[in-house]
Amino acid sequence: MMLQEPVVTGHPLADTVAQYVWLLPVLPLIGFLLNGALSMKAAAKLGPNDPSAADHGHHGSASAGVHDADHDDAHISHDDHPVVRHKYAGLVSLIGPGVLLLSFGLAVAIFFAMRSVDMAQPYVDTLFRWMPVSDMKINVALQLDPLSMVMVLVITGIGTLIHIFSVGYMQDDPGYPRYFAYLNLFVFFMLLLVLGANYPVMFVGWEGVGLCSYLLIGFWFSDKANADAGKKAFIVNRIGDFGFLIAMFLLFANTGALDFAGIAANIDKLPVGGAVVTAICLFFFLGCTGKSAQIPLYIWLPDAMAGPTPVSALIHAATMVTAGVYLIARSSLLFSLAPVASLTVALVGGLTALFAATIGLKQWDIKKVLAYSTVSQLGYMFVGVGVGAYTAGVFHLVTHAFFKALLFLGSGSVIFAMHAAYHATHNHADDAQDMRNMGGLKKHMPVTWVLMWIATLAIAGIPVFSGFVSKDAILGAVFERAQGSTLANASLLGIPGSTLLYAVYAFGLAAALLTAIYMTRMMLYTFHGPNRTGADAESHLHEAPWIMTGPLVVLGLLSAVGGWLNLPEFLPLGPTGVFDKWLEPVVGASTARIAAGGGALAGSTEQALIGTAVAIAVAGIAFAFVRLKPAALVPKKDSPPSFGFAKVLENKYYVDEAYDKAIVQPVVNGSKYILWKGVDVGIIDGLFVNGSALLARALGWIGSQLQSGQIGTYAWVLVLGVIALLGAFVRVH
Amino acid sequence: MNFDLSVPTQLMQALTPDVFLMVGAMALMLVSALRPDSDEHQRLVGYCSIGVLLATLGIVIWFGSRGFTSGPGVIAVDGYRLAADMLFILAALGAIALGIEYNGREGIWNAESHVLVLFATSGMMIMAAARDLMIVFIGIEIMSIAVYVLAGMNRRSPRSAEGALKYFLLGAFSTGFLLYGIALVYGSTGSTNFTTIGHNIVQYKLAHQGMLLMGVGLLLVGFAFKVAAVPFHMWAPDVYEGAPTPITAYMAAAVKAAAFATFLRLWRESFDLLDFAWLMPVWWIAAATMIYGNLVALAQRNVKRLLAYSSIVHSGYLLVAIAAGTNSGSAAFLFYLLAYTLATFGAFAVVCAMSRPGDRDLEITDYEGLWRVRPGLAIGMAICMLALLGFPVFGGAGFWAKVYVLAAAEATPFRQLMPLTVLLVLASVISAGYYLQIVRVMFMKPRPEGAQVPAATGALTRLVLAISVALVILVGLIPARAVGWARNNQPTAPVTLSTAKAP
Repeated sequence: MMLQEPVVTGHPLADTVAQYVWLLPVLPLIGFLLNGALSMKAAAKLGPNDPSAADHGHHGSASAGVHDADHDDAHISHDDHPVVRHKYAGLVSLIGPGVLLLSFGLAVAIFFAMRSVDMAQPYVDTLFRWMPVSDMKINVALQLDPLSMVMVLVITGIGTLIHIFSVGYMQDDPGYPRYFAYLNLFVFFMLLLVLGANYPVMFVGWEGVGLCSYLLIGFWFSDKANADAGKKAFIVNRIGDFGFLIAMFLLFANTGALDFAGIAANIDKLPVGGAVVTAICLFFFLGCTGKSAQIPLYIWLPDAMAGPTPVSALIHAATMVTAGVYLIARSSLLFSLAPVASLTVALVGGLTALFAATIGLKQWDIKKVLAYSTVSQLGYMFVGVGVGAYTAGVFHLVTHAFFKALLFLGSGSVIFAMHAAYHATHNHADDAQDMRNMGGLKKHMPVTWVLMWIATLAIAGIPVFSGFVSKDAILGAVFERAQGSTLANASLLGIPGSTLLYAVYAFGLAAALLTAIYMTRMMLYTFHGPNRTGADAESHLHEAPWIMTGPLVVLGLLSAVGGWLNLPEFLPLGPTGVFDKWLEPVVGASTARIAAGGGALAGSTEQALIGTAVAIAVAGIAFAFVRLKPAALVPKKDSPPSFGFAKVLENKYYVDEAYDKAIVQPVVNGSKYILWKGVDVGIIDGLFVNGSALLARALGWIGSQLQSGQIGTYAWVLVLGVIALLGAFVRVH
Repeated sequence: MNFDLSVPTQLMQALTPDVFLMVGAMALMLVSALRPDSDEHQRLVGYCSIGVLLATLGIVIWFGSRGFTSGPGVIAVDGYRLAADMLFILAALGAIALGIEYNGREGIWNAESHVLVLFATSGMMIMAAARDLMIVFIGIEIMSIAVYVLAGMNRRSPRSAEGALKYFLLGAFSTGFLLYGIALVYGSTGSTNFTTIGHNIVQYKLAHQGMLLMGVGLLLVGFAFKVAAVPFHMWAPDVYEGAPTPITAYMAAAVKAAAFATFLRLWRESFDLLDFAWLMPVWWIAAATMIYGNLVALAQRNVKRLLAYSSIVHSGYLLVAIAAGTNSGSAAFLFYLLAYTLATFGAFAVVCAMSRPGDRDLEITDYEGLWRVRPGLAIGMAICMLALLGFPVFGGAGFWAKVYVLAAAEATPFRQLMPLTVLLVLASVISAGYYLQIVRVMFMKPRPEGAQVPAATGALTRLVLAISVALVILVGLIPARAVGWARNNQPTAPVTLSTAKAP
C-alpha cells in the first residue's frame, strides 16, 4: 500500500503542462453541466430556417420517431415546413464541441510535453483521497503514460470531429442540448476510464460510459424499440460488470492493492499461471465481453444502432466499445502471467471476428452491417491483446477508430440525405437505412462516396491504408506466437496452445476475406448501380452540409495514412515501429514475457503471410464485384424473403431468439410463477409482509398500551429496565 | 500551547469557546427581555444567536488549528472535544435557522427560545469537555434544563406542554440514577476524575468490586435515558411529537450527540478495563433498541413520530460503535454522528416546510405526490431518507456511516459483536420499510384530490435543507476528509489501561 503515495514529485512531467491533466475530463464535465442546464430550459421555439443549409438539409434527423409529430402537418410545399430548433441551439453548438476542442488542445500539449521526457514511470496525479475503509485506501488519481495518452488523443480527437458532425446532424432535433449534454458526459466518463490510476476510478468511468450509452441509445425514447435497445445494452453490460467487480475483489484480496502501481509492486504475490491470476483475468475478460461486445455478450451492440448515428460512431465504434481492449492492455502485466486466460481472449476474439463477419454478409440495414463489422473488428483487437501483441491490438484500436468513425459518419450522411429526401416527398413508409432502398448515391454524394471507399479499403486491409498495417501486425503476431511462446506451450481445455493459435490465425484470415466481401457489398448496394429511392425522392438527394462533410474529410485522411504511425519493417516508407516504441514502457515487459521462447518470424515466412493477407483482401473485393449485382436489387418492399443459410444469416443465427428461449423466457416464467406467484405472493406477502405487519401491529399494540401517555407507566418501565440492567452487572460480578 | 489546568486563568482560557458562548447567550437573554415578544423581535434575536454561534464555531476551529493540549485536570483540551463541539454548533445553527421561520408561523414569539438553544449548546460543549464526573453533571443539567423548557415552548399546544412535563419528570428521575452512579463510582475509586478513576481501577485492582460495577450500571442508565435507548426511551415519542419541530430535530441530533460524546469519553478513558461487565448490557440495549425501534417505527403514520422512532433506532446503531470500544469505533462514531445530524436536519427541514400552522399535515398521506408540487422538497427528503437508511451513493454519507460502524464492530477483539453486526444489517433492512415508504408515496403516488400545495418554503428552511443535503451527498462521494476528521479526533486512549489489559 506504500505505493499509493503519488509519484508526482520528481517525475519529469511534474512541472509541465501535464499538471493540468485534471482539466482533460473536467472540461467535458463543465460542458455537460452547461448543456444540461440549458436542456432544462426545455422551451423549444420555432427557429428560423438555417440559411447555410442547402434546400432540404435542414430537415434532417435520422429518426422517423422524432418526426412523427410532423406527419399530420398539411404542407403544400416543404419549404415552409416549420423547423423545430431549440432556443439555445446556437449556444449549445458552441459549448458542446468547444469543450471537446479545448480538451483535445490540452491533450496535444501534454502529448508534446510527454514526447520530450523519459516516460519509464507513469505520471500519477492524485486529486484527492476517496474511500478509506480500514486498510483499503483509494484515491481519485489520474495516470498519464503512453497508453493513456494514446487513448486520450483518440477520444478527444475523434470526439471533437464527431461533436462537430453532430452539430449538423442533430440541428433540428428538439432534444439538441440534451444530446450534447449526454455526449459531453460520455466523454467525461470515457476520459476518467482511461486516465484512472486505479481500477475503482476506472470502474466509475466504465459504469459512467455505460450509463451514457444507455441514455444515448434510448435518446429517442418515445419509440419503444429504442428504449428497449437501451435497456438491453444496460442489462447485458451488467453481466460483464459483475465480472469486473469480482476481478477487483480478487485482486484486492490477493495483492492488497487496486492501483496499477501498487499491483505492479505486489505482483509477486500472484504465482505465474496460478489459478488466482487466471481467475482475475477471466473475470476481467467477462467484463470486456460485455463492454466490447464479444461472444457471448455481443448481442446488445447491433441493437444499440437505435441511437443517433454520431453516437454509434463515437460510442459504439471508436471509443466505449474499445474499453475492453484498453482494459486488457492496461492489465497486460496480469494477462502475461495467465497464459490460459490470454489464450481464451485470443480464441474468443478470433471466433467473434469470424462469427460477426458472417452475419454482416446478409444484413440490409446499413448501420447493422457496420455494427457487425465493429463486433468483428473488436474481435481482431482481442486477438491482438490476447496473443500478447498489445501494441498491435491497441494500434488496431486506433486505426479502427479512424476508419470506423468515418464509415459510421458517412452512413450518417447517407441516412441524413435519404431521410431528407423521404421527408421532402412525404414518404414515411420506407426505411431510410435499408440498402435495398438506396443505390446509385455516388452521383449525388460524391465526397461521401470517395471517403467511404477509402475507409472500406482500409478495413479490408488493402496495402498502405491504415487498416492493412494494423491488421497485418495482429495476424503476424498470432503466427509468431503459434510458432513458439509461453502461449504455444500452454493449453486450453486440453488443446495445445500452438494448435489453437493456428486456428485463431485461420479464423482471422477467413474473417478478413468476409470483411472485404461484406464491405464491398455495402458500398456497391449503397453507392453503385441504379437508384432505387424512386424518381420523386431522387431529385432531393444531396450531399450533407460542410459541417458534416468536413469531419469526414479529416477522418478520410487519417484512415488513409494512419498506418504511418506504426510502419512495419518490410514497408519502410518512413520511420518504422513508432507506435511500438511509444508503448514500450507500458507493455514491453509483458509482451516479452509472453513471447519468451519464440523468435521473430523468418523473412520469407513473413512475406508469405503478408502476401496471403493481401491476396485474400483483394480476392474478397473482386469476388463481391463479380458476384453481386446491384442492378438486380429491388427496394425493400418488393424484396422476396430469403431462404436457406442466407435466412439464417439474415436472422443473425437466431442468437437473440435462442437467448430468449434459453434464458429470458425461463427467467421470466420462473420469476412469474415461482418467484412472484409462489415466493413473493405466497411466502413473502403471506408470511413476511402480512406476518411482520401483524407482528408490528401486535408490537404497536403492546407499545401503545405501554405508550399510554401515563407518566407512571413510563417510570415503571424505566425502573424495570434499571433492575434488569443492574441484574446483568451483578450477574457478571 | 499546553494549558496547565491547575492555574485558574489557564483553566478559563482552556474553556474559551464554552465561556464565549455562555456569555453571548446571557447577553442575548437580556436583549430578548428588552422588548415585548413579537415576530420581529424573535427574528432579531434569532439572527443574533446565529451570529454568536458562528463566532463560537470560529473560535472552536481556531482552537483546533492551534493544536492546544492540556495537562491533567477537570476538563480536556483535545480534538475530540472540538469535533463534538462542531457537531453541536452545527445542530444548533440548524435548529435556530429552522426555528426563526417555524416560530414565526406558529406564533411562538418568545425571543428567548433561540437563546435557550445557545444555553443548551454551551451545556453540551461543557459535557464534551468534561473529564470529571462533577463537570459532566453540571454540563448535563445546563443542557437538560434548557431543553425541558424548549420542549414546552409552544404554550398553545397541550401536547407540547404535556411532553415537556413528562420529559422533566422522567429526566429528573433518571438524573437521580446518574447522580447515584457518580456517588458509587466515587465511593469505590475515591475520585471523580476520569483519568484518576481509570488509573485507580488498575492501581488498586477494583475491576471486580461490586460497588464500582453498580455505579457503572447506574451511569449507563443515565446515559441510556438521554439517548433514548430501549427500555429507557418511553419519553421520547411523546416529547419529540409535542415539541416544536426544530427543537425535535435539535433533540434528536444534538442532545443525543452530547450524551453519546460524554458516554464515549468516560467509557474509553475510565471504564475501558471493565468491558467484561458492560459489554453485554450495552449489547442488549443496542439490540433491543434496534429491533424495538424499527418495528414500532413501521407502524407509525405520523412523520414526526416516525422520525422520533427512527432516532431511537439510530441510538442503537451508535451503541454498536461504542461497544466496539476501539479507536476505529470512536472514529466511526463521530462520522456516524456527522452523517446522522445532517440527514436529521434535512428531514426535519422538510417536515417544517410541509406542516401548516398548528403542526397539521404531518401524516405520511400528506406527502403523497409531493414530487409533483414541490420537487425540491421531495428530492431533499428522499436523499435524507436514503441517508438514514444507509443507501449507497444516493444516501451519501449515510452509507459510509453504516459501513464504518460495521467495519469497526467487526474489527474488535470482542467476538460477541458479530451477531450484533448481523442484527444491525437486518435492522437496516427493516428500516427500509418505512424510509422507502416515504420516498414511495412522494414520487409514485398521485397528489390526492383537493390536497393543498404546501406554502412556499422560507429561505432559511430552504438553506438548511440545501446545505444538509449537499453535505450528505458531498461527504458520501468523497468521504476521505470527513473520515480523517473523525479519525484524528479521538478521546485520549487510556495508556495505563491498555498496558494492563495486554497480559
